[in-house]
Amino acid sequence: MAVSLREYRARIKSTESMKKITRAMELIAASRIIKAQQRAKAAAPYARELTRAVSAVATFSNVDHPLTREEENPRKAAVLVITSDRGLAGAYSSSVIKEAERLTERLQAEGKELDFYLAGRKAEAYFKFRGRDYVQAWTGFSDQPDYEHAAEIGKALIDAFLKEQGEDGDVDEVHVVSTRFRSMLVQEPVAVRLLPLEVVEGEEAPEADELLPLYEFEPSAEAVLDGLLPQYVQSRIFYSLLQAAASELAARQKAMKAATDNASELIKKLTRVANQARQAGITQEISEIVGGVNALADAQAAND
Amino acid sequence: MADTATSTLHVELVAADRTVWSGEAAMIIARTHEGDIGVLRGHAPTLSLLSPSVVEIQVADTNQLVVAAVDGGFLSVANDRVSVLAERVEMAEDIEVSQAEVDLEEARRVLDSSNEAEQRVRHAEARIRAAEKVKKGI
Repeated sequence: MAVSLREYRARIKSTESMKKITRAMELIAASRIIKAQQRAKAAAPYARELTRAVSAVATFSNVDHPLTREEENPRKAAVLVITSDRGLAGAYSSSVIKEAERLTERLQAEGKELDFYLAGRKAEAYFKFRGRDYVQAWTGFSDQPDYEHAAEIGKALIDAFLKEQGEDGDVDEVHVVSTRFRSMLVQEPVAVRLLPLEVVEGEEAPEADELLPLYEFEPSAEAVLDGLLPQYVQSRIFYSLLQAAASELAARQKAMKAATDNASELIKKLTRVANQARQAGITQEISEIVGGVNALADAQAAND
Repeated sequence: MADTATSTLHVELVAADRTVWSGEAAMIIARTHEGDIGVLRGHAPTLSLLSPSVVEIQVADTNQLVVAAVDGGFLSVANDRVSVLAERVEMAEDIEVSQAEVDLEEARRVLDSSNEAEQRVRHAEARIRAAEKVKKGI
């Protein structure tokens, strides 16, 4: 036996304490995920009402707003990448970053320059490590984002979008790469174009008696749209952040469950090897004793 | 559709991260950029921008008055269904007057330096008004 019993015991012990940690993280993620889902649910009415209002305006006025206007010849695009602040969540952050790289390639093939906006420490670290430029990064809220964060990000993106072409920091398109929470088991990275907005008229096919009524706008349709659209953008970002938070926790729970299972497996294996080593030691001792006794007996027989 | 509807308004008071209040109401009063607006049953479909102000909801079939402060947002009325949307909505009962006064002071101090400060002043004032209204009512 190359490794002594004592060393096996030490390894089993350290694996056991690791298992305790991963188990605790799994449970924490599991309890937080419910909260994250509730928050996403609580935010849904706002998004729904806002969408309703936007499509109402869009249906009854000729939408021509800077935020919906397509640049004729888009040259620059902004990409917002939403990742987590902390690791130990399996492939969560790296699959978002991979998706972002795919989008980057596609946009560059179309001849667009890119400005990156990052949310989450993982994305920031990824860019810093590779010495790549980014315009702005927001960190520290990935597992429970507030509306204020979304508003801040939204404001920065809208400002960049509204600049004239050629102005410093101007972008003609804004894309968001984040993770969509499908279920506890499936979260998928998605890339969507946020700006210019595509206003879908009557998103849910209205039923015959639910036709959108003829609205009066105060002060005017343009002013209402002016107020509505930035909020719509922010609410979309907020929704993405909430989905990303829920996905992060789900990914973490899954990763930690796998780690806990692996640790149990490892403990089982090590215990077997340690038992074997112990047994081998005992066998050796016995054979030594027996050998010793035999030798003594032989010596005595020779003397007689 | 009007004859099948009940004799009340359905109101949803929604903040960015939650629904603050929802239920049946007899009347709702809010302040738009154009001035105060009161909505009763049968109001024409309207979509208007709100100022940072106090929103009052007269709950149906009772004398109860729900008072809240909003920081702007929208009011949309259609088919006897009213939704008030704002990034931040606070029920008057939850507003700390002392905190609001501190915010008001701070916002007033920077009033000249930024456009946003004016919004903040109005929002703080609205919160104080909302809180005082509720206290008087009780």
